[in-house]
Amino acid sequence: MNNQNHNAVPLNATCPACGLLCDDVTLSLTPELSLQNGCTKGIHFFEDAFNTSASASPLLAGKSTNLETAINAAAEILANSKQALFAGLGTEVQGMRNIMSLAKKTNATLDHIHSESTVSNTRTMQNSGWLTTTLAEVKNRADVILAIGTDITSTHPRFFEKLAWNTDSLFDKPSPELIFLGAPEASAKENAAPDGKEPTIIPAKITQLPEVINALNSLLNGKKINVETVAGIPTNTLISLIEKLRTAKYAVIVWSASALKIPHAELTIQSIVQLISKLNENSRAAGLPLNSGDGDSSVNNVSTWLSGYPTRSRFNNGIPVYDTYHFATAKQLASCDALLWISTFNPYPAPNTQAPVIVIGHPDTKFERMPDVFIPVGIPGVDHNGQMFRMDSSITLPLKKLRDTNLPGLSEVIGKIEAKLSNRMIDGTAA
Amino acid sequence: MITLLKNGRIYDPAHGKDGVNADIYIRDGRIVAKPADYEKVDQTYDLSGKVVMAGAIDMHSHIGGGKVNIARMMLPEYQEKHQQKQAQELKGLSEPEAHICSPHCSHHATPSTTDTGFRYIEMGYTAAFEPAISPVNARQAHLEMGDTPMIDKGGYAMLGNDDYFLRLLADKKDQKAINDYVAWILHATQAIGIKVVNPGGINAFKFNQRRLNLDENNVHYQVSAREILQSLSRAVHDLGIAKPLHVHCNNLGAAGNFATTLDTMSASSGLPMHLTHIQFHSYGTEGDKKFSSAAAQIAEALNKNKHITADVGQILFGQTVTASGDSMMQHLNAKHANPKKSVIMDIECDAGCGVLPFKYRDQNYVNALQWAIGLELFLSVEDPWRIFLTTDHPNGAPFTSYPHLIRLLMDKAFRNEAFAKLNLDAQAMSNLTSLEREYSLYEIAIMTRAGAGKLIGLNDRGHLGIGAAADITVYTDQTDREAMFARPDYVFKNGELVVRNGSVVKVVWGVTHTAKPAFDIGVEKDLKDYFDRYQTMQLDNFKISNDEISSDGRGQVVTHQNNKE
Repeated sequence: MNNQNHNAVPLNATCPACGLLCDDVTLSLTPELSLQNGCTKGIHFFEDAFNTSASASPLLAGKSTNLETAINAAAEILANSKQALFAGLGTEVQGMRNIMSLAKKTNATLDHIHSESTVSNTRTMQNSGWLTTTLAEVKNRADVILAIGTDITSTHPRFFEKLAWNTDSLFDKPSPELIFLGAPEASAKENAAPDGKEPTIIPAKITQLPEVINALNSLLNGKKINVETVAGIPTNTLISLIEKLRTAKYAVIVWSASALKIPHAELTIQSIVQLISKLNENSRAAGLPLNSGDGDSSVNNVSTWLSGYPTRSRFNNGIPVYDTYHFATAKQLASCDALLWISTFNPYPAPNTQAPVIVIGHPDTKFERMPDVFIPVGIPGVDHNGQMFRMDSSITLPLKKLRDTNLPGLSEVIGKIEAKLSNRMIDGTAA
Repeated sequence: MITLLKNGRIYDPAHGKDGVNADIYIRDGRIVAKPADYEKVDQTYDLSGKVVMAGAIDMHSHIGGGKVNIARMMLPEYQEKHQQKQAQELKGLSEPEAHICSPHCSHHATPSTTDTGFRYIEMGYTAAFEPAISPVNARQAHLEMGDTPMIDKGGYAMLGNDDYFLRLLADKKDQKAINDYVAWILHATQAIGIKVVNPGGINAFKFNQRRLNLDENNVHYQVSAREILQSLSRAVHDLGIAKPLHVHCNNLGAAGNFATTLDTMSASSGLPMHLTHIQFHSYGTEGDKKFSSAAAQIAEALNKNKHITADVGQILFGQTVTASGDSMMQHLNAKHANPKKSVIMDIECDAGCGVLPFKYRDQNYVNALQWAIGLELFLSVEDPWRIFLTTDHPNGAPFTSYPHLIRLLMDKAFRNEAFAKLNLDAQAMSNLTSLEREYSLYEIAIMTRAGAGKLIGLNDRGHLGIGAAADITVYTDQTDREAMFARPDYVFKNGELVVRNGSVVKVVWGVTHTAKPAFDIGVEKDLKDYFDRYQTMQLDNFKISNDEISSDGRGQVVTHQNNKE
C-alpha cells in the first residue's frame, strides 16, 4: 500500500462511492485497510484509492514530465481549440466551480459521464415537475417502498440497512414493506428484512415497465382494465399494489434512471411522477430518484447556479447554451477539436476521438490510446477536502482529506490552466 | 488612501439627514471624519447636485439554496428567453413583457449567482439576505452565496417545522432548551436570523394535513402554530438576536387569510415580530369573486402594533417563479402554476419546499388585485421604518423590478395610469386611487437602507455615519424615478468604486453577515443522540465552519454583536 501516513488512529470519512454519501464511515489503515460502516462499493473505492501511487507523474505524449510542462501543454491545446469538449466531469463542487470558469473562457461544451441517465430525470422535472423526498424522510416515515426497475442495493448498497431496517424512527413506525417491480429478481430477493420479512417481487422486463406503470396510473384514476394480465403481471396484483400505495401513510417510489436503458426512459419516469402526483391528491407519497454517481448531483447543481443550466451545456462567447441532445459526449466526439476528460473518483478511460486529448484524473487511469497530456490528480475525499451533493440534492457534505500525497487537486490544476490561458490572452500570443 | 465624495445631497435617515449637502471622507473602506488639513486626499468625486445614499439592503430575497437552484434547473426556457431579450436589447429591439413593466426591468426570475450579484450592484444594492435557509441545506445556500459577487450576503435559518424543535415543544421542554437549540442552529448554519414558514404546517403536510390555521394543532405533535410562534419569538428575544423572528404566516395566498395575519400579530405577546411578504397574507373574501383586499385592516393593525414590522412582497406583472419553503400551500396552489409544472419536496425531517412558475397577468382579477393590495399596503402603513420594499424575489417579481416599484411609490400619476389599465373588476375593488401619498427620497432611503440595516442588526451598514462601511450609492436626481434608481452614477463597495454609470467596473466579493449568540453547548449531547438515531448525516457535518466560507479566499464571515452584548 502506498498510503503516506501509516495512521493507527481510525479516520472519519465521507464515502463518495455512491449517492448515499455515507458520512458515518470509519477507516482503519492498520494492520490493513478496513471500514466500519462500509459496504462493498465503499471498501472497493477506498482500497483502490489507497493503492494508487501518491506521487504519480504527469505524462506528455506518454513520457513522464513535470506538472508545469503538462499544464502548459494542456493550455496550448485549449488555446488552439474552438470547440473543446469537457467530458467525464467526475468531480465534486470545488472542481466543478473551476471547470465552469475554464469552460466559459474556452467556449467549451460540458457533459457528465452519466448524463445519458441523468438527463431523463432532469427533463422530466423540466416538463412536469415532481414531488420528491430525501433520505431522512424515508428513514423515519416510509411504510411502503416501491422500487421500480432497480434492486437499489447494487448501486446504493446501504440503502435498506440505513433507511429501512433502522430500529429507531421518529414516529415508531414498523419496518416498511418492500416491493420490487421489474427489478433484477435474484438480487432484489436478497433484500429481506433482518426479521426475515421477505420483499414482494413483481417480475417484469424493463422494456415492459412503461406498459405496467401506465396500467397503474389507469387503475389509480379509477379506470377498469379488462385484461387478466398486463405485461405478464396479473391485473389483481397491480390492483393490490395500487391499494397499498393508496393506503400507505407515506409511500416512497424509488427509480433509477440508469437502470432504465430503454428508448422511452423519460416517458417512463414521467409516468412514475404522474402516479406520485395523483396519489398525493388524497394521501402522502413521494418519489426518490437514485443518482448514477461520479459527482453527478454536484456537477449539475454547480453548473446550474453558475450558468443557469445543468449539463449538457455549452458556452458560446461566454453565454451559456443548453441542449440535452446535441451536447451529448457521443455526438460531440466527432466534431470537437479538443477533449478534456475528467474523472477523479474512478479511473475511467477517455473515449476515443481524433482530437487532441487531455486527461485529468485518477492516478490509476489506464489508456488504450495515450492522451496528449495526462495529469494525475488527487482523489476527492481521500487526497484532499471537497464538498459533495448527496443523491437527494438537499444535503451537501464535506469530503475529508485522509492522506498526504504529492498529487495536486483538480481545482488547482484547472485553475493553473485557466491562468495560463489568461496570460496568453494578455500577451497576445493566443492563436 | 483617502477618498472624498464632495458636496453630495445626503439622504441618511439613520442620522436624520434629509437631502443636506455634505462631504463624505473614506479611508480603508470606512467612512471617516474630515481628515486633518495636512493629510492628502487621494481622489475626489464632485457630487454636486447628486443624490447620495448608503448602499441599499434587500432584507428578503431568495438568492441561494436548494429551491432557488431547483427553480433555475426546472426552467431552462427562462434562461433562453432572457438571453434572447438581452440580444434584442443590444439591437435596440426591446419590448417590455407587459405594458406596465418597463424596459429597465430585465424581469429575469432565475438569474445565475453571477447575474444576481451584478444586477444588484448595478442598482446600488450592496447586500441581500436569503430569507429561507433550511438548516440541512445551509451548506448549499452558502456555496451559492459564496459564488455571488459584488454584494454582502446573509440568511435566516428556518425552524418550526423541523421534528427536533417540534419534539421539544411537544415534550414541554423549558424555554432555555429551546433557546439553546435556536442559538446552536444560528451557529451551525451561519445565519443572522430565524424564520418560520407556515408554522407547523410544512411538518403537518408530511402527515397528510392540507391546511393549518393559527390555533389548529399539528396532528402528530398536538402543538399549534401559535405555540410555535410564541416559543420561537421568545427564543429570538431572549437570545438578543437583533433580527425579529421572520414569519411567513399560515394560509399563504388563501382568500380570507387576513384574519390569520391579524391573529398572528397578537401571537408574539408584544415581542418584536416581522411578517414577511404580507401582501400575500392580506386577502379578504368580499365581492362576487370572494377575493378582496384587506390591506386597510392589515395596515391599520400594523400602524397600531408598534412591535410588528413587515415587508410587502409586491407582485409585478409578467412571468416569474414562486419558490417557497411552504410545501403545504405550494402543493395546494400547484394547479395555478403557469406553465403547469411544480416541484414539491419533503426535506429531511427539517423542512420542505415548493417551486412553481407563475405568470401574473394584469387582466386577471386576482393578479390585478394582488398588485393593488401591495401598493395599498405600502401607502397605508405610516411608519417607513417598519415596512420594507420587497417583491419576495422571485415570488412576486424579480428584484430587478425594484426601480419600477420605487417609481410606483413615488409618482402618483404614474401609479394611477398603471392602475387604469388593470382588470376592471379589480379596479372596482381597490381604493388605490384615493391614496394620495407619494414616497419621498428620504422615506425610500429608510425602507431600503436605514430601516433594513437596523432591522437585521447590521450596525455598520445602511447608513453614512462615521465608522460605517463605505457602501455608498450615488444617483442623478431625475423625475423618472425608475430611470434614476435603475442606474446609479456610482456605487462604492467598502470604499472602492465598483459601478460607474450603471455598469460594473470592478469585481469584488462581499462578506457573509451572521449572528452568534452565546448558548449552552450541552445542547449538543441530546442533538448528537438525535442525529445518530434519526438523521442521515453526522452532527459534525451539519455544522458549517467559518473556513468553509472563507477558504476560497473570497468569502469572509462577519459576526454581529447581538442586543444583549
